[in-house]
Amino acid sequence: MALNAVTIGFVVFSILTLGGGIGVVTTRNLFQGTIWLMVSLFGVAGFFILLSAPFLAAVQILVYIGAIAILITFAVMLTRSVTRIKTRYIRVVPSFVGSLLLFLVLLFGITVPIFGGHLPESAPEYVASTRDLGIALVDENGYVVPFLLASVLLTAAMIGAIFIARDEKA
Amino acid sequence: MLVPLWMYLAVAGALFSIGVFGVLARRNAVAILMSVELMLNAVNINLVAFWRYSETSTDLLLNGYAFTAFVLIVAAAEAAVGLAIIITVYRNRRSVIPEEAVALKG
Repeated sequence: MALNAVTIGFVVFSILTLGGGIGVVTTRNLFQGTIWLMVSLFGVAGFFILLSAPFLAAVQILVYIGAIAILITFAVMLTRSVTRIKTRYIRVVPSFVGSLLLFLVLLFGITVPIFGGHLPESAPEYVASTRDLGIALVDENGYVVPFLLASVLLTAAMIGAIFIARDEKA
Repeated sequence: MLVPLWMYLAVAGALFSIGVFGVLARRNAVAILMSVELMLNAVNINLVAFWRYSETSTDLLLNGYAFTAFVLIVAAAEAAVGLAIIITVYRNRRSVIPEEAVALKG
């Protein structure tokens, strides 16, 4: 594996993604946890750039870092005033062992035996662009039905979130 | 494209395992929701990586690409409703610990 821009980017984004993820699950202060979550999501957006999906990277930054992380920040600030949580973790040792076993099975049971011999040169030279995605999303042979269902789902989620979080005494 | 496919899958697997650990071990419901977001992002990395390295991506087959976009949409909806539920439970019980929300326990 030659040392070039893609490789350096991959290493940097791996560090951002995994370091941010470890920060999310280990930090004591949940407000810092949301910052770590933003770092991790930014790393994932970098992976999308490396995988030649720039539209998904832009959506990742807009939706995840711009909306979901801010939403989580608000939830942290709304719920932390009287938290009686003394400990961060419950059943930490079996959880750690279980997730470590899951990772080892994923890596040495599935990824390396099946895809270890997959050469990077076998990736196609040209891939579909954002323009092709936009056409496919409104094409009747493409994804127009899921696209419309997604708008219904978002509307339902928005109404449901307002209805659930509404303060009935106010 | 000089990074092999299995390295993307390894990073995604590690991120997914970190998310699993967070979901199982954290006590705060907001932290659990953040860990779920990590797991969804690991799945998204996998989907885009498989789409990029598959032979059919030149034939304008956008399954992995479009599916990732829909996963993003569902994640946004999940975060909105999940946080609304957490805020309501906190308002009623003064607690964000999922083990203490036992009103529906049989």
